[in-house]
Amino acid sequence: MRITQGTFSYLPDLTDEEIENQLSYGIAQGWAPSIEFTDDPHPRNVYWEMWGMPMFDIVDAAAALHEVRRCREAFPNHYVRVSLYDPTLGRQTTALQFLVNRPDDEPGFSLDRLETADRRINYTLRPYAARKPHGSRYGG
Amino acid sequence: MEQAQDVSPKERPRWVSGVIPYKEMGYYRPDYEPKDTDILAAFRLTPQPGVDPDEAAAAVAGESSTATWTVVWTDRLTAHENYQGKAYQVLEVPGTDPKQYIAYIAYELDLFEEGSIPNMSSSIIGNVFGFKALKALRLEDLRIPTQYLKTFQGPPHGVVVEREILNKYGRPLLGATTKPKLGLSPRNYGRVVYEALRGGLDFTKDDENTNSQPFNRWRDRYLYCMEAVNRAVEVTGEVKGHYLNVTAATMEEMYERAEFAKELGSVIIMIDLTIGFTAMGSMSKWARDNGMILHLHRAGHSTYTRQKTHGVNFRVIAKWCRMIGVDHIHAGTVVGKLEGDPGAIAGYYATCRDDRNPHDPHLGHYFDQDWIHMPGVMPVASGGIHAGQMHQLLHYLGEDVVLQFGGGTIGHPMGVAAGAAANRVAVEAMIQARNEGRDYLKEGPEILKRAAKRSRELQAAIDVWGDVTFDFESTDTPDVLEMPTPVS
Repeated sequence: MRITQGTFSYLPDLTDEEIENQLSYGIAQGWAPSIEFTDDPHPRNVYWEMWGMPMFDIVDAAAALHEVRRCREAFPNHYVRVSLYDPTLGRQTTALQFLVNRPDDEPGFSLDRLETADRRINYTLRPYAARKPHGSRYGG
Repeated sequence: MEQAQDVSPKERPRWVSGVIPYKEMGYYRPDYEPKDTDILAAFRLTPQPGVDPDEAAAAVAGESSTATWTVVWTDRLTAHENYQGKAYQVLEVPGTDPKQYIAYIAYELDLFEEGSIPNMSSSIIGNVFGFKALKALRLEDLRIPTQYLKTFQGPPHGVVVEREILNKYGRPLLGATTKPKLGLSPRNYGRVVYEALRGGLDFTKDDENTNSQPFNRWRDRYLYCMEAVNRAVEVTGEVKGHYLNVTAATMEEMYERAEFAKELGSVIIMIDLTIGFTAMGSMSKWARDNGMILHLHRAGHSTYTRQKTHGVNFRVIAKWCRMIGVDHIHAGTVVGKLEGDPGAIAGYYATCRDDRNPHDPHLGHYFDQDWIHMPGVMPVASGGIHAGQMHQLLHYLGEDVVLQFGGGTIGHPMGVAAGAAANRVAVEAMIQARNEGRDYLKEGPEILKRAAKRSRELQAAIDVWGDVTFDFESTDTPDVLEMPTPVS
């Protein structure tokens, strides 16, 4: 399967140049880029690991792209995402978020059904990869 | 005691029994300076021939506050001037025949119960719209003072928190109403939901009249829809939702349906405007207490919002709905099949989303409105829109919006999931192009064409609907001439 989290998952994977364009746009809006990675792509896994701090004062998209590359090199078999954070009053939230790396093989999720009374079902979603410990998923 | 008919109007004392003009009872006060705490209203008046517009404005002010048709001595037991609505400005709308006027009326804050839109609407639109002296009357806008606004909690979640719940940022959300909206069995209905969500939409939706008919009872529908939602989450890894409509005949039934939706793990439920302001308030509280996003369908609003000279402008309904507290509200599409002037719709969207709405005649904003950081409502664009219009939709409606492509998803020649994918590819391609600095409104068709080279689904959508437009003149437009603002 192909996990389609993030803003551009229905397009072909972004090239580095395209990633830099999006970073430039966000930085021009006054948003802070940050890079996060995980090997638990559950849609409600909010807190991915931070690749350093959000880059609040950055002016150069190329420097942010450099960090994207470093993170990808360190975690080639993880999901890596870029977020652009808008700290302005009334927003104070992520303004744009997209994947910049994904494992070669994405086994996806199992949907477990716990059948209860009256045909009701309690659903639980588990990433197949999460059955292994952190660090040993997606081929290490 | 002296009788009114025994004296000429000029000499008649104010408190003599009988009928005297509203103007003379204190409801017309051109000298009055509105206070920051006053609720201000802008009414569009069309008086009957021969009726003095100032008197008509005074009558509206009177009947929407303390007055009745005749003098009552019991007013004298009160500090009546405080409680009287005051028509403080009456302006002719240029170029109208029969003549229209904008009457500005100020209401003392004390006249309104805290946190109650039913009370506020009963006061302001409760009793004046059938007045014989008026040919027509329309409430155009309200200025809600911040002191009153703070007695409302607003949307249960709002735009920012909704996006964080869904984990979706930086692009319009995509939805579709299940079609046909009536006739599908619950099991078949769930199939449409699954296909649309797995194909790439974020939301699917019950329609306003999809409640609990004999062929599709609510409980079965909820079960099948949640199976569909969870399957779609499984195959995409995204948070998805289906607006389960809990609209029912009684509050007890609505709570029962909402509780069941919660038990099944839905992130969103839906209500119709037809349930009324009180029921909306109850469901808003329930949604906040239970962490549920609350979608509102504005069913029925066009009966009173559409005509330019009579009724209530939708921007007032939008304000009331933000105050009552819903997370989504249908607010027009500009380019789709339903009524909507671009300026007026931009105004409704600003009313839903922005923290400040400055006075702006082009948007139909008669006053400065400060929302003092009340969360924004996500506007929903629904009705006759399709992927081929993506550049226009993004231009007119912006990013914080749910674009609902019902026919534009389900009618796709390659199937429902393909229709959903076409919409998703189109929106992502358009956002990417916009962020890269492209003139996406002008180059929109080109951007879509290029994206379609890598998406058969989008290509098929453009082939079918590329030329479909709904080009009719709007019946309700803001006045083009600038009217002076009565408050700074």
